[in-house]
Formats: sequence, structure tokens, C-alpha cells
Amino acid sequence: MSETAQKIHLIIKRQKDANSDPYTEEFLIPYRPNMNIISALIEIQRNPVNAKGETTTPVVWESVCLEEVCGACSMVINGKPRQACSTLIDKISQPIHLAPLTTFPVIRDLRVDRQRMFDALKRVKAWVPIDGTYDLGAGPRMPEKTRQWAYELSKCMTCGCCLEACPNVNAKSKFIGPAAISQVRLFNAHPTGAMHKEERLEALMGEGGITSCGNSQNCVQVCPKGIPLTTSIAQVNRQVTLQSFRNFFG
Amino acid sequence: MEHGKYQHFFRKLHSLAGIIPVGVFMTVHLLVNYSAVWGIDSYNKAAGFMVNLPFKYFLELFVIFLPLLFHGIYGVVIAFQAKQNVGQYHYARNWKFFFQRITGLIAFVFLIWHVWETKVQVEFNGVEANYNLMAGIVDNGWMLTLYIIGILSCIYHFINGFWTFLITWGITASTKSQKITEYIAIVLFFGLAFVGIRAILAFA
Repeated sequence: MSETAQKIHLIIKRQKDANSDPYTEEFLIPYRPNMNIISALIEIQRNPVNAKGETTTPVVWESVCLEEVCGACSMVINGKPRQACSTLIDKISQPIHLAPLTTFPVIRDLRVDRQRMFDALKRVKAWVPIDGTYDLGAGPRMPEKTRQWAYELSKCMTCGCCLEACPNVNAKSKFIGPAAISQVRLFNAHPTGAMHKEERLEALMGEGGITSCGNSQNCVQVCPKGIPLTTSIAQVNRQVTLQSFRNFFG
Repeated sequence: MEHGKYQHFFRKLHSLAGIIPVGVFMTVHLLVNYSAVWGIDSYNKAAGFMVNLPFKYFLELFVIFLPLLFHGIYGVVIAFQAKQNVGQYHYARNWKFFFQRITGLIAFVFLIWHVWETKVQVEFNGVEANYNLMAGIVDNGWMLTLYIIGILSCIYHFINGFWTFLITWGITASTKSQKITEYIAIVLFFGLAFVGIRAILAFA
């Protein structure tokens, strides 16, 4: 390929470390068919020279599975939060703008710390407790009909796109975000998980819980896994309403 | 109030208060106003019925002013907590979320003005609450425009708030039910908007 070969134009919002100010750097990298954002970033890593021809530091990002199931490579690509691995260069317009998610603290460049999401899962006890001092045996069976929609909710990879798009998840609000609420619905639907239903609902009735949702419904639009997040939120709203009646009237 | 374990209770109370009693009162209010379309006497009679209800001050305090103040002031707090992003996410529901907060703020200012002119002046300044009071206010084209903006904001805020109320309380969970209630909400909005605007024009 000659110098005149097709180039991919990337405009990346970078940040040296957690405390420094962000800056923008542009890159022109050689085009190959069927590239994704990750392979473009690998190209910069291989040859860290910016569009002005200056040698620079390689852009840092996070990725693990490369098949849109781990949630690690979420970033803002051309204004929308999505996975870098499943975003194909051939299918988006150039120049390509890359920026870290704004909801989470930036560690460096495109790498962010999604710890608040994992803390949220702990807060709502998004698991099925099965540990005991003796073998508890097989649990109750789950109806096939429930399993089918529960499987859809289980696809959540804690990627953070829904929190990024939510206008009520920000520094002024303690809103837990859509992902954890949907997980409450998932684990409350599980026959063994349902034994701890009240604890999960009580967690969502605390500060920054489910009532902080403002129904903008951006979450369901940006979810890369197509999870019916707004249905989950409304379903958990119903569970919370009934739970608060039980708490008060007995 | 906003922080700690009572947040959930106050948010739910805020959601409920917007419908019962504030929204219900506003609907009755708009319907009473509509009687102005049938003439001055008809309006004065309908307004007279409201003014002469027994336990008026008790009803006004607990059905109108306390719920309205709570809903309004807490609503302003909630509105400013959002980080609006309609520029980035142009989805219809996100615009509705944005307008819910904008119309809430407009309604807040409008109602302070409206209560000042038609309630405070009546109670403390000896102004008489009748057809002529309103006719005097909206005689000016600017005032009429501001009133129409205020009325439409209140109606949008109530109807969209009713739609989100159904979600917030877990009544409409499925995509289908949220879609159908959205259509119903659109019809109700235009219905109430017709009543409200037709009524205010009867004074102009």
C-alpha cells in the first residue's frame, strides 16, 4: 500500500491520568477492511504517531472478550456509548470520535473505573445464595416461560452504557442506575433467589434507589444487549409498590 | 428530605401528589373555567359554586396549597438534579423527559403569578373574584400569550406526569401498555388543551 492509501481518521479524547485535564489527539491510521475500533487502537499501539507525525504515547483502553459479552471496552463512539469491539469501522462515519464514558472516573485515556456498578450489584445482592453448612440439594425448578425472559436479563455485562445515557445518573444524584434494577428483577424471578426478594427491594427503596428513575428511557435505547431495561424498571416498581404496602399494612 | 432513608417515601409522595390532588384539581379548575364559554353569568355561577364550598379554607389548604407547594418545590429540586442530554440522545421519550422538567419550571413561575393575581389580591386586597377579574388580566395580548403558555405547560406536565406515574407505580410495565397509554395521553393532552385554551379565550 502506498502513502496515498485510504486512512482512518480518529479523534480521541485523552487523559494522562485520573487527575489531569483531558486533551484531544488525532490519528490517521492505514485502512484495512473489516476493522473494529479495537483493531484501530491496536494499530495506534503498534505505531504511536499522531496525525501531525509526532511520536506520542499509545492510547490506553480496556478490553477483554472482543465479542461483546464482557462489557469492558465501553466508550463513547461518535457521541453514543457502545462497545469498541462490536463497532465496525466500515459501518460508522468518519472522522471517528472516541471518548471515555463520562459517568465513571477516568483512569487513563479511554479506560474508566466501573467500580460503582459492581458496588451497586453488591448493594442489591444480585446473586442467588446457595452456601450452607450442608448440601441444600437441588432448588425448585424455574418455569420455562420465565426462563426465556430471565435469560435476556442475564445478558447484562455491566458495561455501563445505560448509566452513561441516563440523565439522572450524574454527580448531583445518587441514582443506582438501570443495570442493577434489572438484575433485581432477574434474581427475584429465580425460584431460589426469590427467597431474598425483600432484601433486594429494600436496597432499592434506599437513597438513590428506583424512585430516582425519571423515565427518560434512554437506557433501553442504548443497551448493546437489547435488554428490556424499562420493562424491568416498571416491573420492579410494581414489586416495590407491593412491598411498601406489605411493610406498612402488614 | 432528599437524602437518606426518607427519599423513597418523598419521591413517591411527590409522584402521587402530582395526580391526586393537584392534577385532579387542575382538571376540575379547567372545566369550571370552560363555563365562561357559555357566558359571563354561567361562569360567575360555576365559580361561585367553588367559592362557596363548605370548609373552603380547609379544602384550599389541604387539597390545593400544601400538595401544590410540596410538589412544586420538591419538583424544582428534582428537575435540577438531571443532567439534560437531549442534544446527544434525540429519542422521543428523552425529549418528553426534558419537557417534563421545562414545563414544570414554567408551571412553577406561572402559578406563583396566577395565585398572586387571582387569589392573594382577592383575599387580602379586596379584589372580587369573578369574570371581570380574569377579563381584565387577559385583555392585554402579552398577558393572554403568557397565560396560554402557562396553561399548556401545566397540562403537558400533568398528562406526561400521569403517563410516568403509571410506570413509577408499576401499573404499566410492558412496552405495549406504555405505548397504548402514550396514545391515550396524547388524546387527553389535546382534549384538556382545547378546554383550557377555549376557556381563556372566552375571557379575552
